[in-house]
Amino acid sequence: MKNIFTILSLTIIIKVTAQSNVLPAPAQTQAIALMHATIHIGNGQVIEDGTIVFAKGKITGVGKSADVSDAKIIDCTGKQIYPGFILSDSQIGLNEIGAIRSEHDEYELGELNPGVHSLVAYNTDSKIINTVRSNGVLLANIVPDGGIISGTSSVMQLDGWNWEDAAYQKDNGIHFRMPSLMPGRRSADAADILKKAYDQIDEVRTFFREAKAYLAEPAHTVTNIKFEAVNGLFNKTQIFFVHCEMVNEMMIAIEFAKEFGFKTVIVGGTEANKITGYLKQNNIGVILNQMHTLPIMQDDDVDTYAKLPYQLQQAGVLYCINDFDEMNRGRNLMFNAGVAVGFGLTREQAVQAITLNAAKILGIDNKTGSLEAGKDANIIVSDGDVLDAKSSNIGYAFIQGRQINLDNKQKQLYERYKTKYGISK
Amino acid sequence: MKRTKLLFFFCCIISVAQAQETFPVNGIHDYRQGYVAFTHATIIKDSKTTLKDATLIIKEGKIIAVGNNLAVPKDAASIDCKGKYIYPSFIDLISDYGITTATQPAQRRGYTVQPVSDTKGAYGWNQAIRPETDAYKVYAVNNEKAKDMRSIGFGVVLSHLQDGIARGTGTLVTLSDEKENFNMLKEKAAAFYSFSKGSSTQDYPTSLMGAVALLRQTYLDAAWYKNLKPEDREKSTSEGTNLSLQAWNDNQSLPQIFDAGEKWNVLRAAKIAGEFGVQYIIKGGGNEYQRMAEMKATKANFILPLNFPKAIDVEDPNATSLVALGVMKHWEMAPLEPGMFDKAGLNFTLTASGTAPGEFLDNLRKAIDNGLSESKALDALTKTPATLIGAYDKIGSIEAGKLADFIITTGPVFDEKTVFLQNWILGKKFIITDKGWNDYRGNYKLTIKQNNNNRQYDVAVEGRPDKLSATIKPAGDTTKTDIKLSIINNSVNLRWSAKADSSKNNFLAGIINNNAWNGSGYDAYGNTVAWNMVASSPYIEKPDTAKPKKKKDLIDTSVLYPFVGYGFTTMPKQEDVLIKNATVWTNEADGILQNTDVLIKGGKIAAVGKNLSAAGAKQIDATGMYLSPGIIDEHSHIAATGGINECSQSVTAEVRVGDVIDPEDIQIYRQLSDGVTSSHILHGSCNTIGGQTQLIKLRWGKDAEEMKFENWDGFIKFALGENVKRSYSPTNSRFPNTRMGVEQVLTDAFIRAEDYEKQGAGKRKDLELDALVEILNAKRFITCHSYVQSEINMLMHVADSFHFKVNTFTHILEGYKVADKLKAHGAYASTFSDWWAYKAEVQDAIPYNAALMTDVGLTVAINSDDAEMARHLNQEAAKTIKYGGITPEQAFKMCTLNPAIMLHVADRVGSIKVGKDADLVLWNDNPLSVYATAQKTFVDGIEYYDRQRDSTMRIYIANERNRLIQKMLTAKKEGAKTQPATRTFDQINECEEDRVGAMVGGF
Repeated sequence: MKNIFTILSLTIIIKVTAQSNVLPAPAQTQAIALMHATIHIGNGQVIEDGTIVFAKGKITGVGKSADVSDAKIIDCTGKQIYPGFILSDSQIGLNEIGAIRSEHDEYELGELNPGVHSLVAYNTDSKIINTVRSNGVLLANIVPDGGIISGTSSVMQLDGWNWEDAAYQKDNGIHFRMPSLMPGRRSADAADILKKAYDQIDEVRTFFREAKAYLAEPAHTVTNIKFEAVNGLFNKTQIFFVHCEMVNEMMIAIEFAKEFGFKTVIVGGTEANKITGYLKQNNIGVILNQMHTLPIMQDDDVDTYAKLPYQLQQAGVLYCINDFDEMNRGRNLMFNAGVAVGFGLTREQAVQAITLNAAKILGIDNKTGSLEAGKDANIIVSDGDVLDAKSSNIGYAFIQGRQINLDNKQKQLYERYKTKYGISK
Repeated sequence: MKRTKLLFFFCCIISVAQAQETFPVNGIHDYRQGYVAFTHATIIKDSKTTLKDATLIIKEGKIIAVGNNLAVPKDAASIDCKGKYIYPSFIDLISDYGITTATQPAQRRGYTVQPVSDTKGAYGWNQAIRPETDAYKVYAVNNEKAKDMRSIGFGVVLSHLQDGIARGTGTLVTLSDEKENFNMLKEKAAAFYSFSKGSSTQDYPTSLMGAVALLRQTYLDAAWYKNLKPEDREKSTSEGTNLSLQAWNDNQSLPQIFDAGEKWNVLRAAKIAGEFGVQYIIKGGGNEYQRMAEMKATKANFILPLNFPKAIDVEDPNATSLVALGVMKHWEMAPLEPGMFDKAGLNFTLTASGTAPGEFLDNLRKAIDNGLSESKALDALTKTPATLIGAYDKIGSIEAGKLADFIITTGPVFDEKTVFLQNWILGKKFIITDKGWNDYRGNYKLTIKQNNNNRQYDVAVEGRPDKLSATIKPAGDTTKTDIKLSIINNSVNLRWSAKADSSKNNFLAGIINNNAWNGSGYDAYGNTVAWNMVASSPYIEKPDTAKPKKKKDLIDTSVLYPFVGYGFTTMPKQEDVLIKNATVWTNEADGILQNTDVLIKGGKIAAVGKNLSAAGAKQIDATGMYLSPGIIDEHSHIAATGGINECSQSVTAEVRVGDVIDPEDIQIYRQLSDGVTSSHILHGSCNTIGGQTQLIKLRWGKDAEEMKFENWDGFIKFALGENVKRSYSPTNSRFPNTRMGVEQVLTDAFIRAEDYEKQGAGKRKDLELDALVEILNAKRFITCHSYVQSEINMLMHVADSFHFKVNTFTHILEGYKVADKLKAHGAYASTFSDWWAYKAEVQDAIPYNAALMTDVGLTVAINSDDAEMARHLNQEAAKTIKYGGITPEQAFKMCTLNPAIMLHVADRVGSIKVGKDADLVLWNDNPLSVYATAQKTFVDGIEYYDRQRDSTMRIYIANERNRLIQKMLTAKKEGAKTQPATRTFDQINECEEDRVGAMVGGF
């Protein structure tokens, strides 16, 4: 993962031209049955030559056979069906062009901004969104950045006219970016920097203590919207996402979870394999941000990241795999999961790591994440094994039963220049 | 009495011994000749000659005689040195003593440009080339600093201004506090160089490769300037007077000292020396022991620091986990370096620079405990440095005719218990300590008289001669009380607390006369007393209870290749290997062969076929596995050090990545573990014409030169677009600022190159233009960072107008828009699989790019430009199947054969064919699959990566870390000084890292 776009200055106006013909799909009106496919449920189960039926946006049946009456039938012989993939931490719709300041809407000023909501800035017309969903990613948790408490994320479904109808799970959690307790490259005085980090962490602790007291008051003479904004953490309707990597940072995150009783998820978790016992014991989920990451230390195992999912799987820790990559923006999520297969996961575990596990961690597993009756029909159909680039090709995708347009700007440019060169394939 | 009085008397003489003839005197002239004889001393003339009970006679600052049984001249003062040792004073070739140190400039902010030196005067263009600096002109005595150096035995230093790449001359001076006139032994004793530009505020060079290029160019310029006829020099189109080049030429007759400061830089310096036929005395940095074979091969003389690192404070396991094993191991092994140089027969001196005054002697003794012979240690501090700077006729040993520079000690100079008493410089005495000249240790009978009452005590004086301790007990008693004992010259004070009441003290003061001590004082009750003390029995040294010294031949000097956790304890060897029954992806007409054997012999592919056998070859059963050619990364920035960009100018064709290969970069090993066997290491993209690139093979454990791909056509990096325009800076004052300007930079450069080529004999050899001329003559090939179609077309037009071809467009994310033109031009394309949206110029990037260009008929590679992405280039190539329907075989060629073709090495690597290099990867799955992991990676038939061995390395790392952590904890408990555990950083180069300003966004 690259994080180099810190010096931004030029303002360039990006014209919205291509892909304006890629329209959001209308609501599902007719039941659809996908038949004779290999169905990967998302919970580890696989149904060979199975059928999945969905109507009015919900899955109505899935199995070796299902009631397909009144359904439009799509023969999926030889195809692979999966739950739509979920990016558990993403900035698409907020950050269009990395190096251009005006294209960034994820960094707010100030240290404590729990009330900053990502969804109100989410741009449904982002060119990136269509490139991601055409690879099978149908939901994304859009997370603000900046400061220490960066704000409130929302899970968006990737086919909407505007952010209001794209919102899938509004304000699902609040993000605490823990100041790093690992000295950085440019730290002139590591001790001072550590001290500052500990002080900042303590400020956050103080903030939550005061918020708790404030929220316990029956009435307020002065309203504090920062305190109001974290109410959902205390009543457990929101998730406390703590972005941190190292053991000592994660231990602090767990301590926060205990003190305030928050539903807590660690985002990052580079060293999660070292404290699996604590994570499991305290029901802390982990979002592994990027399989394609270099180990931190030269003595680290060369496959430190790639084998992390397997280690957490073995230890029984709830984790999901994400693709937070500033150079291709999340569209390689399934390949990230595929990498972990090379280092011990089964393919179904890898699928689960980007579907059901992600849904659980984001608090949306009641309505998505697996292909089970009653859940939203968030479904993708691939020509072959979706985790491997040489066979990963999405033919159909449905969000809440709506068959979405898989075209995007890049495919259009491809077609344009195939035409120029007279290439037909 | 006699001796101490004499000493006192003599001290007065010496302090006025020197006076200059031309200088007026305020007062009465007091000429003295400093005629002194040191008798009964053990005199170590040099490491080979020791005289016992010998005499040293000095006069007028020089030694006039040394030997046994010398008669003491009547008019010489005589000093009895019985029990004392006399050594030549030490000499340090690296010092800034007496020189005002240059202050480092404040970092300039933003992209302002300083293209030429702002030094006033008729000097050269580059502020870091300052051969005109003469330390002798600014040298001034600094007695405080001199005292520090004298106290650890040094008498002479070679002092220079430690600033810049060419630092000018150093001056050889003594450490006396006399007037500068007497101290200066040689005004210009050596010329100094380094790779660090120091206080120069000028942009160039921003990188180590720039520093190397600047040194090389200056050698050429100076030679040219030397031969320039005065009438030519005066032309307004020529150089005029260049005092810097003049001084550079003048300095060449002096010894040349290069402050390299680090093992790989030692080799870089040695390489420059070889190229220009100079001989450097090279100052190391303390890690040279990690590469003894290479050090020996330089044939250089060395100056070694004794800057052994302190133990790391390992109490916090989280912090300790951030310290690399190589760093811990260096702590353990650094003291071995001088001994290893000694054993290897290398010529070296030792320097105190880099060590605190209090550390030097401790570390010297540590080096001796770790294998350095005492005689070599003495040579390294005396004869060797004197000889290297051509001053052995004056200093470096105790011989008649040489300067009276010597130290007097209580014992053998390297013995831990030895006290350095005096340091004589130019015949002048400098007292290091006045304690210990007389050894007062022993047992005494003390008699205290109060009125007529005599009380008897036993007093024991012990400890080191210069740090005495004493105890007292009433005669016949057994309870000892500590005495506070103080002796200044021969005046003595004793104080101890009364037995009955420890708050009350007895005080005695007196004089020591020979071995009789007497005086007066007060007892604990305030009564006046008289006392005397006489020796009763001599001091008997207690046997040393400290740990017995390690036997020198048992010291483990084995290192890791390279010196990091994943280094090899023994290098893997080339052997004959027969890989049986694999699925072989040949990249040749044969395509993918099932159940096939491949034989590796002598580093080459010797046979491909079924049921092969080979006597003596190691067999690998590859049933169910896949064998492929190694991955070749067309665009990489790993394994380079000191900055990957020379950003200071828009044209820096003279810099060479090959000068700064870092063979110790852990990314090399990591990439081997993912099947990469060759990487094209490019200059970054921050200027239009960047530096010359270097193709390497990932021969982990070898040195920089050994990593280079042999007999390879030279390449050079160009760049276009936002990075070279510095688009992401609020200000840019470096030309160009637009794509229009980029075209002008290119045109101007090649016009200059053409004109340069036409110049006749005697032209100034210009490394920048040489590289451009090579391009014009198809001897050097371009790989050009590029994104948008307009700039791609532009460069092809420029190339066409100068009749050369652009070999490769790299990145080229809009290549699909101009694929037909690229084909017509004959260019190759190397691109990313699916990167986009990170900057304005990549908005039209599409993942179908590689496939479209392939379909148009281009040879296309998938490159990384990223230390991480290089680890899965096979998976990146597989994306062309998804995006554009490329066949698997064709896709795999994009990270193997195609880059080999565009790098002009397809005859050597890139496919599995008899006769090609055995750069191979054994995979557990289809090599394009996301599930595939490399099991073994061969380069030249050598198994540089093996999954099995990797797991034993992990165990080794864990065990070795634990061993060293425990050892450091023990060291701390035993009182060793520690340093905090700080994170060890690996250098990760970014293409656009712009060290003139800051980081530029985008790739």
